Amino acid sequence: MSHVHATSGSAANRVKSLVAALEGAGLLTEQRLDDAVASFLGRAQPATGARVVARAWVEAGFRGRLLDDANAAVAELGIDLTHWAPVKLRAVANEPGRHNLIVCTLCSCYPLALLGPSPAWYKSEAYRSRAVRDPRSILAEFGTQLAPGVEITVWDSTAEVRYLVLPERPAGTAGAREDELAALVTRDGLIGTALV
Amino acid sequence: MYAVGDAVRTRVMNPAGHTRLPVYVRGRPGRIEHVLGALPFPDARAAGVAGAMQTAYTVRFASADLWGVDGDPGAGVCADLFESYLEMR
Repeated sequence: MSHVHATSGSAANRVKSLVAALEGAGLLTEQRLDDAVASFLGRAQPATGARVVARAWVEAGFRGRLLDDANAAVAELGIDLTHWAPVKLRAVANEPGRHNLIVCTLCSCYPLALLGPSPAWYKSEAYRSRAVRDPRSILAEFGTQLAPGVEITVWDSTAEVRYLVLPERPAGTAGAREDELAALVTRDGLIGTALV
Repeated sequence: MYAVGDAVRTRVMNPAGHTRLPVYVRGRPGRIEHVLGALPFPDARAAGVAGAMQTAYTVRFASADLWGVDGDPGAGVCADLFESYLEMR
């Protein structure tokens, strides 16, 4: 097994039993499993989400399609969200006076394919319970001070939908190339705990 | 079926099995923000109904309706909720 969570013993044991059964039935080899995980994690990283954002910053048409139907828009960039199971993606745009923050209060739903594995704090009870109740204090703890009067929408991913924040394009980047813009985008900016 | 802008209220429910209706939004007024369409319905799937689907909506709640006087008046919460969690108000 290439990926065992130290904190979920019973789940890890169930996975181990399932893998053993599939191997026994000739449906899976450890090599194939490792290759699949490595291939997915190779693509699933914040740089993928950053690429989506940079394209939206440089191409207004793409931005519109991303906000309208994010699955179709990221597919234009060759990003496959349906690696394990179909997931509906929604992008929510920060605008002057409006900020967005993503949380999953029930568990830890996260746009894995676009951001990679989630940070430990995203899964913590403290973040999950406080984000919906007092998002401004969470942002302050991340060092993110919103201007007074900026409204915050907290998106609680309670169904089969994953959210991505589309940050505002930073000032002073008018001449930047798309790859230079992508390099400015951080994981926390895509969750909404940071500005870009 | 609800439409964007509809005034809804979440049901008060405490099922013995799985649900994706968080406790903090039960019995609260909100508005339909977005129609998500049919999505896998975890409440039924967890009970063994393979392939169960249900229409889901993004529902926007004002902070005061969730947290009362302690809420941040400049913040709101949107949650993705299934049709059977909602009623018209």
